[in-house]
Amino acid sequence: MSGTSSTVSADQHYTWHKPHFIESLWVRISVLVLSVVYLVYAFSTLEIDFERVARGIPRAMQIFSGAIPPDFVARGSLIVSGFIESIQITFLATFVGVLLSIPFGFMAARNVTILPVYGLGRGIVIVARSLHPVVLGVLFVKAVGFGAVAGVLTLLIYTIGFVGKLIAEAVEEIKYGQIEAIRSTGAGYFTILIYAVFPQIMPRLIGLTMYQLDINLRASAVIGLVGAGGIGSTLNSAFGRYDYGTASAILIVMIGLILVAETISGKLRRFTR
Amino acid sequence: MLEIKDLVKSYGAGQPVLKGLNFSTEDKNLTAVIGSSGAGKSTMLRCINRLVTADSGQIVFEGVDLLKLQGKALQNARRQIGMIFQAYNLVDRLTVMENVLSGRLGYVPFLQGAFRKFPQDDIDHAYQLLKRVGLSQYVNKRCDELSGGERQRVGVARALMQNPRILLADEPTASLDPKTSELIMELIANLTDELHLPVLINLHNVAQAKYYAARIVGLRNGVMVFDGKPDDLTDEHLEEIYTSKDELTEQLNPEMETAK
Repeated sequence: MSGTSSTVSADQHYTWHKPHFIESLWVRISVLVLSVVYLVYAFSTLEIDFERVARGIPRAMQIFSGAIPPDFVARGSLIVSGFIESIQITFLATFVGVLLSIPFGFMAARNVTILPVYGLGRGIVIVARSLHPVVLGVLFVKAVGFGAVAGVLTLLIYTIGFVGKLIAEAVEEIKYGQIEAIRSTGAGYFTILIYAVFPQIMPRLIGLTMYQLDINLRASAVIGLVGAGGIGSTLNSAFGRYDYGTASAILIVMIGLILVAETISGKLRRFTR
Repeated sequence: MLEIKDLVKSYGAGQPVLKGLNFSTEDKNLTAVIGSSGAGKSTMLRCINRLVTADSGQIVFEGVDLLKLQGKALQNARRQIGMIFQAYNLVDRLTVMENVLSGRLGYVPFLQGAFRKFPQDDIDHAYQLLKRVGLSQYVNKRCDELSGGERQRVGVARALMQNPRILLADEPTASLDPKTSELIMELIANLTDELHLPVLINLHNVAQAKYYAARIVGLRNGVMVFDGKPDDLTDEHLEEIYTSKDELTEQLNPEMETAK
């Protein structure tokens, strides 16, 4: 049979259609209907008032016109001290946070710990990661009061959650042969960690630290809005005074600072391979 | 000096890799262990320095059963057993010197090791060893910049840095090209003589084993099927040692391999 005929007969007809994303007809229709019903319900309860939106437009224009030109001078010293505080919060939280992330990250790596320690490490990292910095900021402002201390504590937890998890992943990806080699010299557990594991995660750690500095600088501005010190607090009070000139000056400096931070951290990360 | 009795090891639920292996050596010379892959050569060596935990049996080294040791006592036993790995297993991001000095980590306290504050004697010894393996110009070079042969020289220096009472080498030349492979084998063989060390070396290459070893041990399916001098190793023995036809032809006609 094979290869005898090269003509394709058109006697038979086939039907084909793209398979449905949800195969069952009933499920498909109910999902569709329920989605539409919920959307209609949600819109009707939200009471979106287009008249209010329309009335808001001139107010938005007013804010923008107030923001131009930005006013760097009137509250210049406040802006400077706000940024200095933000940078201090950032550096302190990143430095201490990364140092603390190292033990927690090692604890949360399955290949170098026993199960109970792993559970504890994972738990700490997950809890630290589960809360958004703004939520943490609100909590710490309530706990220790307005100001930089709340900001440092917030970013500290944030850093442990992020860097700790990524250190754990880096440790789980190391080459095991190097551990075996150092173990076979008679080295103890912590010596093995320092000598065989740490060098392997070092470039990732430096890269992560740079990245986290960058992230924390942005976050320090946000958590300032909820009272945790730094430039965010300055920005918040500028808005409170309807001082849009100062507010836009702060935003411009913030963008510039983050651009500079990103450039520097990118350059530094390229050095560590 | 080293006596292995009824050593059994299985990974998971499958067939044991070692099925009651017996072996002993008193001699301070080079013993080659040959056998096809999966015969248990690697497992045998790894059981000795406890990188792998044996299921049952005994490994008596200088009067102590290594399988019963734990914690500090195990570390003290390990530091007397040097090991050379097939994949070198150097810490890539550390320098040549740091890797050689890591052979002392079983001897120096934790903080000294962590901050690389090794005793003067160790540093002198490390320089001597690096000179001996021909790498003294690379002291501060990072190991990931070295070639395969150079890396294995560092591996040899690291193992000897332990002042080992016995040296294990797990296919130390299998990742190298034929020429470098010969150079490394020659280095290990010469050092065995110089340092008067017993060496257990897993080899894939029977020709090399016959040339360098004073004694050859053949493993098949986790038991010893040959034990004797290289000259006593006949083609019939090789047939017994190597399970697969391909491997057998490869070992019987080594020139075919090089001709390829």
